[in-house]
Amino acid sequence: MTSMDKTRPGLASGSGSASGEGLDARIVVDRGSFRLDVLLRAAPGDVVALLGPNGAGKTTALRALAGLTPLDGGHLRLDGAELEHTPPESRPVGVVFQDYLLFPHLTALDNVAFGPRCQGATKAEARATAAGWLERMGLAEQAGAKPRRLSGGQAQRVALARALATRPRLLLLDEPLAALDARTRLDVRAQLRRHLADFEAVAVLVTHDPLDAMVLADRLVVVEHGRVVQEGPPQDIARRPRTDYIAQLVGLNLYPGRADGHTVTLDTGPAITTTEDLTGPVFVAFPPSAVTLHRHRPTGSSARNLWRCEVAGLETHGDRIRANLTGELPLAADLTTVAAAELELRPGAEVWATVKATQTHAYPA
Amino acid sequence: MTEPDKSRAAVGTLTGGPLRGRVRRHRPAVPIPLLVPALVGLVFLLLPLLALLVRTPWRSLPGQLTSPEVWQALRLSLLCATTATAVCLVLGVPLAWLLARTEFPGRGFVRALVTLPLVLPPVVGGVALLLALGRNGVVGQWLDSWFGVTLPFTTAGVVVAEAFVAMPFLVISVEGTLRAADPRYEEAAMTLGASRFTAFRRVTLPLIAPGVAAGAVLAWARALGEFGATITFAGNFPGRTQTMPLTVYLALQSDPAAAIALSLVLLAVSIAVLAGLRDRWMTAS
Repeated sequence: MTSMDKTRPGLASGSGSASGEGLDARIVVDRGSFRLDVLLRAAPGDVVALLGPNGAGKTTALRALAGLTPLDGGHLRLDGAELEHTPPESRPVGVVFQDYLLFPHLTALDNVAFGPRCQGATKAEARATAAGWLERMGLAEQAGAKPRRLSGGQAQRVALARALATRPRLLLLDEPLAALDARTRLDVRAQLRRHLADFEAVAVLVTHDPLDAMVLADRLVVVEHGRVVQEGPPQDIARRPRTDYIAQLVGLNLYPGRADGHTVTLDTGPAITTTEDLTGPVFVAFPPSAVTLHRHRPTGSSARNLWRCEVAGLETHGDRIRANLTGELPLAADLTTVAAAELELRPGAEVWATVKATQTHAYPA
Repeated sequence: MTEPDKSRAAVGTLTGGPLRGRVRRHRPAVPIPLLVPALVGLVFLLLPLLALLVRTPWRSLPGQLTSPEVWQALRLSLLCATTATAVCLVLGVPLAWLLARTEFPGRGFVRALVTLPLVLPPVVGGVALLLALGRNGVVGQWLDSWFGVTLPFTTAGVVVAEAFVAMPFLVISVEGTLRAADPRYEEAAMTLGASRFTAFRRVTLPLIAPGVAAGAVLAWARALGEFGATITFAGNFPGRTQTMPLTVYLALQSDPAAAIALSLVLLAVSIAVLAGLRDRWMTAS
C-alpha cells in the first residue's frame, strides 16, 4: 500500500474477507452532485472507524450498511451473505444512533428487550436477555428507568446494550460519544473501548473526532468528499497523514513534494532538508512544536530549514500559543506564552521560522 | 484560587433570567380601531352563552334532565358519538400515517379530499351519504340486496353520518402529530428487527398517543354536536336516530324550557372537552 490515488473508489484492506467471514462492502450512494463510493472490508473482531469531516458521507455510509438508505451501486456481503436487497429489519445489523433514539415511552429494560422480542422471544425471555445486557453494562439499577431519567453516559450504554441484544454480526455506531460532555466522554470512551474489544463480530463506527477514532478502532478509514483518502492502523495515519484534513486532525504540518536525497522540494517552491534519504514524490510532516520562531534572521544558526513568515493569527492551544504563519512556507508553530510575549507576536508581524531536519519526517507519497 | 470565583460569577449570570424578567417593558397602547372591534367580537361570542345561562330554568332543571326523553336522547348521543369516534380511530389513524409517512403520487390531492368534509355543509354530506349508502345508493343497493343491511334511518346510520363529519378532525390532528414526531424512532425499531407495522404499533403509536387522544376528543365533540348530516341521512326517530342536537331543535318549538336544559348539557360537555384539551392548545401560544 505505497501508492495512493484519490480518485480510486477506495482502498482494499487486507484483512478478513477472503474467507467470506466479516464485512465486504462497496457502498455507492448518489445524491445529485454528491457521490459516495467507499470500499469497506473487515474481519470479525475488527473495529473500523470511518473518520472524516462533516458532510464527507460517513453517516450515509452507515445508513446504507443498516439498510436505511438504499445502495445505488456496489455490493454488501456480511459473513458471505448478500445483504443489499435485505430490508433493515432482517439484517443482522445493530445500530447505536448518534442521539441514541431510545424509545422514550419504554423503560431501559424494555428498550433493550425490544430487539429480542422482535426476533421472536417471549416477553419473559426477552426481558431476561435484556436484564443480562444491562447487568453487563453496569446498569442493573437503571433497568426500570425511562430514558429521560438516564444520564448521557447511561443512555449511551443502554443504546449499546439495545443494539448488542439482537446479537448482530455488524455493529454500527454513529458518533457514539458526540452527545456527551467532556468529562463523561472520557469514562464512556474507556467503557466503550472495553465493550468493543469484547465484541466478536465486525464493528464500524463513524466519528469526526480523531481521538475517539484512535482510541476505539483498530483501523481508520478516512473519508473525504465521499471517497476513502487514507486507510490503516491509527498510529500509521497519525504518523504519515496524506491529506491536509488528516494532518490537521493529528496536529502536523504536512507538505507534498519531490525528494532528491535529503532535500525535498515542495510543490509550492521552498525546500525542506530531511534525515530520510528518498527519491520521488513524498510527504514531509513535522509537528508545530518542532518549529522555533525568531524575531530577526538568526545568524550562525545550523538549521538549514529557515523561512521568512508573517503571523496570520494566534490562538491558545492548551497551555501553549498556536501561531498560524503565512509566507514562504505556511505553517503552524507552537510556543509558550512567555516566548510569544518576548517575540512580540501579533498578526502581521514578521518572523523567521526554523525546523531541525531531525524533527521532520518524510515518507513516500 | 480564581476558579471558585469564576464559577460563582457564572452562577450569577445564569440566575440573571428572573431579574431581567422583572424589568417592565414599555407597552404601547392598543389602537382604538383594533380594540373596539376586538371587544365587540368578544361580547358577540360570549353573549349567547351568557343568555343561555341567564334564561336557564334552574328550578325545573333537575326534572327536565331526568325526563325519559332527555335520557334517551342523551344515551343515544353518547353511544353514537363514541362509536363514531371508534370508527374514526380505526380508519383515521392509518390514513393519517399514510399521509404523513409515505410518498405516493397525488398525496396532496388525497389530503385535500380527506379534509373536504371539514368545509362541506353537513346537509350536503348527508345527501351525499344517502346517494352512496342509501337503499338505492351506489353502494347501498348492494349492501341491501347482498347482506340485507340498510343504513339510512337507523342508529348505525347516525354513526356513519357522524363518523363522516368527524373523521377529518382526527386525521388532521394525528397527521400533524406524526409529522412532528421523529421518524428515526421507526428506523431505530427497524434496525432492531421490527417490521414497519410492528414499529408503528410498538413505537410510533405510543409516541403519538397524546395527539391521537386530542384528535379523538375533537372528533367525539364534533360527532356529539352533529345535526345536518344526521337528520338528512338518519332521520329523526326518537330512541333510534334522535340525538341531542335533534331533540334540542324539536323541543325549541314545543317546550323551550326543555330545549334550554338540553343545550346546557351540551354546553357543559363542550366546556369539559375544552378543559381536557387546554394543556394541548390553550398553552400553545
